Amino acid sequence: MEYEPVIGLEVHAQLLTRSKIFCGCSTTFGEEPNTQTCPVCTGQPGSLPVINRKAVEFAIKLGLATSCRIAPYSLFARKNYFYPDLPKGYQISMYEFPLAVGGFIDIMVDGKKKRIQIIRIHMEDDAGKLKHGETPETASFSYVDFNRTGVPLVEIVSGPDIRSPEEAGDYLRKLRSILQYLEICTGDMEKGTFRCDANVSVRPKGRKEFGTRTELKNMNSFRHVEKALEFEIKRQMAALEDGEEVVQETRLWDVDQGVTISMRGKEEAHDYRYFPDPDLVPLRIDENWVGEVRKKLPELPDEKKERFIRQYEIPEYDAEILTSARAMAYYFEECVSFFPEPKIVSNWMMGDLLRELKRDEKEIDHCPVTPKHLAEMLSMIKKGTISGKIAKDVFEEMYRTGAYPEDIVKDKGWVQILDEGEIERAIQKAIDANPKQVEDYRKGKEKLFGFFVGEVMKQTHGKANPKLVNELLKKKLKA
Amino acid sequence: MKLHQLTIHQLHALLVKKEVTSKEATETLYRRIRETDGRIRAYLLLTEEEAFRQADQVDRKIAKGEEIGDLSGIPLGLKDILCTKGIQTTCASKILEGYVPFYDATVIGELKKKDAVFLGKLNMDEFAMGSSTENSGFQITHNPWDLERIPGGSSGGSAAAVAADECIAALGTDTGGSIRQPAACCGVVGLKPTYGRVSRYGLVAFASSLDQIGPITKDVEDCAILMNAISGYDPRDSTSVKEEVPDYKQSLKKDVNGIRIGIPKEYFIEGIDPEVEKAVRDAIDFFRKWGAEIQEISLPHTEYAVAIYYIIATAEASSNLARYDGVKYGFRSKGYRDLMEMYTQTRARGFGKEVKRRIILGTYVLSAGYYDAYYRKASQVRTLMRKDFDEAFQRVDVIVSPTAPTPAFRIGEKTEDPLQMYLSDIHTIPVNLAGIPAISIPCGFSRQGLPIGLQLMGKHFDEGMLLRVAYTFEQNTDFHLRKPKLT
Repeated sequence: MEYEPVIGLEVHAQLLTRSKIFCGCSTTFGEEPNTQTCPVCTGQPGSLPVINRKAVEFAIKLGLATSCRIAPYSLFARKNYFYPDLPKGYQISMYEFPLAVGGFIDIMVDGKKKRIQIIRIHMEDDAGKLKHGETPETASFSYVDFNRTGVPLVEIVSGPDIRSPEEAGDYLRKLRSILQYLEICTGDMEKGTFRCDANVSVRPKGRKEFGTRTELKNMNSFRHVEKALEFEIKRQMAALEDGEEVVQETRLWDVDQGVTISMRGKEEAHDYRYFPDPDLVPLRIDENWVGEVRKKLPELPDEKKERFIRQYEIPEYDAEILTSARAMAYYFEECVSFFPEPKIVSNWMMGDLLRELKRDEKEIDHCPVTPKHLAEMLSMIKKGTISGKIAKDVFEEMYRTGAYPEDIVKDKGWVQILDEGEIERAIQKAIDANPKQVEDYRKGKEKLFGFFVGEVMKQTHGKANPKLVNELLKKKLKA
Repeated sequence: MKLHQLTIHQLHALLVKKEVTSKEATETLYRRIRETDGRIRAYLLLTEEEAFRQADQVDRKIAKGEEIGDLSGIPLGLKDILCTKGIQTTCASKILEGYVPFYDATVIGELKKKDAVFLGKLNMDEFAMGSSTENSGFQITHNPWDLERIPGGSSGGSAAAVAADECIAALGTDTGGSIRQPAACCGVVGLKPTYGRVSRYGLVAFASSLDQIGPITKDVEDCAILMNAISGYDPRDSTSVKEEVPDYKQSLKKDVNGIRIGIPKEYFIEGIDPEVEKAVRDAIDFFRKWGAEIQEISLPHTEYAVAIYYIIATAEASSNLARYDGVKYGFRSKGYRDLMEMYTQTRARGFGKEVKRRIILGTYVLSAGYYDAYYRKASQVRTLMRKDFDEAFQRVDVIVSPTAPTPAFRIGEKTEDPLQMYLSDIHTIPVNLAGIPAISIPCGFSRQGLPIGLQLMGKHFDEGMLLRVAYTFEQNTDFHLRKPKLT
């Protein structure tokens, strides 16, 4: 039987506010344990939370950027459970009344736009971190660091609209890109500022009802999300094929073994006993506030893409990639401002530039080649100072050293030969050295033209202007 | 009159006239505590060093001729549920034994700014859960009027200390009557402010939507003085309200002419002690004689108050008390083998019986499948109760009732019957559910010589009206002047 996976994602994103969501403590990452704490975020008796309005503003931004409706009335609720990294014994989250609902994110699937619903976006506070003793004396102890406790989070819940691990990856990348465009989250899965849990089920293709789902946790990169989903889909399909039932449960992705492992079943599922947090008054967001935030929204990926297609007349495929990250789009526009031939810029970015970055796993904002350098190099090609072939070497050198393209060309003596006399001399040498081939060519074996071009290039160390070589060589060989 | 018997305003007058120093007053009070507290057992902790340091500071100011405020140099007692920086705060629970907060509650900070002197921390029912102070994890407090009887609760230590002249005045907290009922039992004045009037920051939470801090004092004027000091918006408490605070001393007028007083028929029910009912009826006659307009009113949802209170309060408590897990502070049981054992043993041994009963009840009413039937329903009925009061206050300015259905009962009398115990708050609970203010003042004594309390309930943020009506009654009666015979 043919099966179809049904996937919904829950993403937790840390908001880049300077202070925590319910107290004034700093959110700075990597400080000494328990130095970024106060009575509120360590759950001291008698302490009370006060909402950080900046965090709310960030959440509104995300809501607007994903076309959600911002609720005029939302309510914090307590999610009760015991764990040592949770100092109050409950997380402050939102339950019945989330901050934003009913939005969507569009991704491209097989060259077509596909809409993934956003069910809801709500705010909550992050937990601390447990550290286990690593020396023989401390091995039986666990320690708690509350620095992260109270860092603001938004949870973004997608609809069950995703139909493959690749779509899941595309959705996550698009969501991360939006967060980064908004400058409200670093979007770093490895560092945990962007986390993803997945709900996944399979069903016979064409059936409307959902199958029994499992929830996947512990996926710390985009790749792991896709791999875990692939594994889990296969596992569920195999189970159904064998006539077994999929059990509703939470499963952990085991990176080392590349499998998902049952963590807890439905019976052991927590009863979080949500109820409205009596320490916080309802969050009322009026039209004015939403309007102000809307005014501050930057151009978002989809809008930028449309504009790139319009303004720069580049293909949709190029525009999609160039706007996938805010820094990439910025690089492109910056480069085009110095060298106004968008398609050429786009080709170089999507070719050599992205290849190098991907190899080094670098983000474009850390690219050693600045947009200005790239533009200068492209101008040199246009002026004929260097050949397109040499340019590849120049680019590699720029990427390696960060040097100016002109300096590289000068230092390496890679300036293109445009002097006809010099080229003619090289042609003469090639003709003289290969009388047999000249004769064959003249008898009609025109394929040999390429051979002569190669010989001339060899003589000039590849620096001869190819157009001139062609013209002059044709003349000489005819004679 | 002896120094320890003075009220805030009386001692203030002597301090200003330099007839006495704050140090002398503080010494006198500690002497009094040494004499009587062996029998009363109101204090959990005495903080003499800090108290004398605070007193000396004030005395120097007075010596230099600086002007001092109403509370400067006045020795006060604090219910041990208010966080005091550097001073152990236990909520009378073993689970917080040894816990020393590293911050001051907002009200403590305010009183420090006003140079008040803190004598020590006062006993209470564990985490404010109880009506007799018998649920303290450490000791039983005795009623100064009859040592065989309870002082009321949960602020029983505060009320007993004020009645026994072991402090000039005290702060208590009130979730379902915990200021007013002990004030009534001990023959003193206790005011529960409007929810949001006083910051809860640093008040260890029992039921967040009901808790308020308030004064327990020897007379109404002292109550106004303390209200002036502790009221007001606090940016650290989102539920405190940005509402202007009047000078409550301006409300101390001996005049109730034309004031409309409502008598809720649902509050004069079977089970009320006849002596209590008579004292309250006499008070009503007093007001009528003084020109108040008396009318019967109805608060139709009163019968549900205790039931919904024990759903909402326990639900919030079950969550508020989750933080006492042995991880961060206070008591941690020894001999556990894993995390789950650490949790269960710490909480099983650290909490007392009543606290555990309420945590279990609260956990139950919030559980999946029961939430709608209990918590949600209770919240809906709570809204109806608020409406009862809103409607009543369209017609009247103040509502009068007994504070408690009986005078103080005997120690041990109700400990085996929690439901009977819960019913001692039947007249005070609706006030917390509605978030309105109420005051209890002495209005008589039983034949056995036990104090009886009169409760006045007011509109949101209309504490001024309560103080005015209470003051008028007090200044024309002498119940507040009687002292228990402790010597």
